[in-house]
Amino acid sequence: MRGLTQRIEVTLETLLESVDLAEDITLRVASAAGFDEEQGYRIGMSVREAVINAYTYGNLQDRRRRIFVVFELLPAHMVIHVRDQGAGFRLQDVPDPLAEENLLKTSGRGLFLIRAFMDELNVTIPQSGGAEVIMTKRYPASSSASRSGGSTEA
Amino acid sequence: MDLKATNRDIGTATVVDISGRITLGEGSAALRGLVRQLLDHGRKQIVLNLADVSYIDSSGIGELVSSFTAVKKEGGELKLLNLTKKVHDLLLITKLFTVFDVHSDEQKAVSSFGP
Repeated sequence: MRGLTQRIEVTLETLLESVDLAEDITLRVASAAGFDEEQGYRIGMSVREAVINAYTYGNLQDRRRRIFVVFELLPAHMVIHVRDQGAGFRLQDVPDPLAEENLLKTSGRGLFLIRAFMDELNVTIPQSGGAEVIMTKRYPASSSASRSGGSTEA
Repeated sequence: MDLKATNRDIGTATVVDISGRITLGEGSAALRGLVRQLLDHGRKQIVLNLADVSYIDSSGIGELVSSFTAVKKEGGELKLLNLTKKVHDLLLITKLFTVFDVHSDEQKAVSSFGP
């Protein structure tokens, strides 16, 4: 398994139903990759929030646009990309939902939850346009050893 | 599972037993409609019993905040009861645990409303 990368690509319509669908697919991929139920919940929620952002703020609920989700299963971690066809945004421009003045706002917590649940979060604006949310999660120790063909010592 | 809710009036308070998911779309809209309906009927002391709420996303959190401020604006109070671990953790990391009055005992939640 060492060095073997698996890649899964999913193209979603800009529909409310795509949010649940993306989460369902993520839960299956996470489970197959060796994540337990709790970690799966966190990864699933992160993808859900990224797709909600793409649906709402990126694609502005325009059904003609698409949401692209890519899972990359690398030897030590999983990388998930969620790309929309909107105007794009910069992570540093997103208000802090924990700031006193934002605490009672009814939106703006999605990226914060992704940051809390995943090991890494980046947002880029690819040449093709839109925003691409890139999330990374390391495998649990036992799963990582098995994927890379290594072993653990007692 | 879609969101389901049942109301119980206990004195001047209303306990709402909610089950299912509070997420973007129907779940969040249902909660909004429910709280609006209670306020329209003059019920301003509201306890949301979330014991059977299996999942909340950021939209659901936003709807809880929206409900909280809507009730407060009408001079009432909205309290939360019986959070699951997942919901508890979400409120903790979003700092909303400091905003909501959270209870694990229904009787205490109901009696905690002012006169």
